Amino acid sequence: MSTSNGMKRVVIEPVTRVEGHGKVTILLDDQGQVHQARLHIVEFRGFERFIQGRPFWEMPVAVQRLCGICPVSHHLCAAKAVDRIVGGENLTPTAMKMRRLMHYGQMFQSHALHFFHLASPDLLFGFGSDVAQRNVLGVAAAHPELAKQGILMRKYGQEVIRLTAGKKVHGTGAIPGGINKNLSIEERDFLLEDLDQMVAWAEGALKIAKDYTVENLDAVAGFGSFDSNHMSLVRADGAMDLYDGVLRAVDKDGNVIFDGVDQQDYLDVISEEVRPWSYMKFPFIKSIGPENGWYRVGPLSRINACDFIDTPLAETARQDFMSLTDGKPNNITMAYHWARMIEVVHSIEKIKELLHDEDLQGENLVVKGKGRREAVAILEAPRGTLFHHYKVGEDDLVEQANLIVSTTSNNEPMNRAVEGVAREYLSGQEITEGLLNHVEVAIRAYDPCLSCATHAMGRMPLVIDLVDADGNLLDRKGKDTGDAC
Amino acid sequence: MSQFTITIDGREVEAKAGQTILEAAEEAGIYIPRLCHKPGLEPFGGCRVCTVTANGRPCSACTQPAAPGMIVMNETEQVKDFRKTLVEMMFVEGNHFCMFCEKSGNCELQAMGYRMGIDVPRFPFLFPKRNVDASHPDILVDHNRCILCARCIRTSRDVDGKQVFDFVGRGANKRVAVRSGTRLADSDADVSDAAVEACPVGALLKKRVGYATPIGERLYDKAPIGSEIENGEES
Ligand code: FES
Ligand code: NI
Repeated sequence: MSTSNGMKRVVIEPVTRVEGHGKVTILLDDQGQVHQARLHIVEFRGFERFIQGRPFWEMPVAVQRLCGICPVSHHLCAAKAVDRIVGGENLTPTAMKMRRLMHYGQMFQSHALHFFHLASPDLLFGFGSDVAQRNVLGVAAAHPELAKQGILMRKYGQEVIRLTAGKKVHGTGAIPGGINKNLSIEERDFLLEDLDQMVAWAEGALKIAKDYTVENLDAVAGFGSFDSNHMSLVRADGAMDLYDGVLRAVDKDGNVIFDGVDQQDYLDVISEEVRPWSYMKFPFIKSIGPENGWYRVGPLSRINACDFIDTPLAETARQDFMSLTDGKPNNITMAYHWARMIEVVHSIEKIKELLHDEDLQGENLVVKGKGRREAVAILEAPRGTLFHHYKVGEDDLVEQANLIVSTTSNNEPMNRAVEGVAREYLSGQEITEGLLNHVEVAIRAYDPCLSCATHAMGRMPLVIDLVDADGNLLDRKGKDTGDAC
Repeated sequence: MSQFTITIDGREVEAKAGQTILEAAEEAGIYIPRLCHKPGLEPFGGCRVCTVTANGRPCSACTQPAAPGMIVMNETEQVKDFRKTLVEMMFVEGNHFCMFCEKSGNCELQAMGYRMGIDVPRFPFLFPKRNVDASHPDILVDHNRCILCARCIRTSRDVDGKQVFDFVGRGANKRVAVRSGTRLADSDADVSDAAVEACPVGALLKKRVGYATPIGERLYDKAPIGSEIENGEES
């Protein structure tokens, strides 16, 4: 990196409650002011190349190795792509509903884990509070009932995954053109047992996230916040749809940038920029260009982009959320937490709807038709829009793959969030505990999955460097990532 | 002398003339681990996973004929450790990623690993560079997972009467090749050949089957490999 132009760098290391390994560099200018912040990813193992030359039907299972944290999202996204390869994209009702059930189970458990394990300490104790208490153990001590709910909600989501995919991790449920099992009556009844409890707890979590945001609005509104575009899949009628739909992007005021874009045509609207200092690519909206075309994805963007939610409790919560900003997109970074809990409620409502649907006991599991050699699939994963794009040869082997994970789309937004926080909290040439913590809080709002973004096979720790205009490392701080999920 | 007695781990077992140790054991409900052996094929003696001691000397149970009074040891620590070592070597020699292999749950090598209690092999993984032959429209050959058991070679020759496969190379370079050319598409292999079903691992597969069988219903999900013999079920 260039050091001859009078810049200094500050690097922030392990952001403790972010999964994966990344590094934050804070670059200072000659006056010692924050010039820029960058979230780096340290490791890259070329997953796209790893799946080249493998048979296409392996993809839904093989891509789960991409990430130990969100394997189900990759499983389903790849399955949607290979559906098209075998001409089986018009799934039977049983297959479609089993897949959706699996997806809502994943959404529920991922969001519950993030909220209770990673975010709730900040929300319950305030992010300026004592670090010794501001962790999951602190929550367990001060709010034992809540901690228990978090664990059981996660477990419930995992059970949904197990009964649809065959295993809690690395299942095989979604296969080209369908699903390999239905849901037996016994399995359904097992899931119905705790369902109402889960709905109630989801509403409780939603209330915590909402109250926190509303009560601390002054502090929260400016924290790592900035105006941005938002992108998400939505159902053709504009409803929130986490499994399927068309691409929509809106600007900071809610004006439509594009809408109704078929998943196969994503390259018409999205492009990826490579920057020399990062292995992560920077996707942007083509019509706006690389400079200002970056966008956010994930819970906040999904709530901002959709017109309504088709489940009653979540729709009420959405209206509530949107009223805070007079119906315009909410651009507050910390509002991700609230949006995430609206989705927790939506997911459990969807699970309920599905469990009462007899199609889940159907016998018609797979369809196939006239195949193709190229397919794109897009899915709203817990952390945001996920793209899988495959080209398959005449011999059934994958020739080319392109994957854009949600953390990659949120790359620029996270850099902006960190930059904002660094401007506010950096004083002098030292990474203080306060700075470190605030950077963590900002990054965590996005729930990045660095494991995914780097395509590393496994979990990595994340580390901040403070670097001056001449490229000298002024300070380095980081805490080890103590918790896995 | 058509019928006689041998002992296996101290237990008296009836054997018939012409039977191998493995066959006699199997009739008595005793499982001797095996990988290259497949009923219906001539004994091959390639993998040595069936190693036992007969009258104190190591031999492969799938090829060694039973003899009157023979004292066979199948379950000693030494024998078990030897077999386990062999199986661990098979895991590190190839590229066996059970986690996403479509043969998982139906794979004899994986099932053997589980039965023997192999968590992590004690040898370093070699990660060899091996190729995939997907030229045939309906059959996939993934050399990454081949354990050189020759079941495909023998089945093609002795059951299908075709001779699609053969070994080429020696030692560490030994591999299964297509006799009539470089690719399977150049041979007369057909997806209905018995050879396609003969592979104990995921090296020779029908294309596009993948993970059709859900977890829980695969061959070795319910009981370990060998338990069908130990429970006296027809295999
Ligand atoms: S089974 Fe006897 S040597 Fe392979
Ligand atoms: Ni991930």
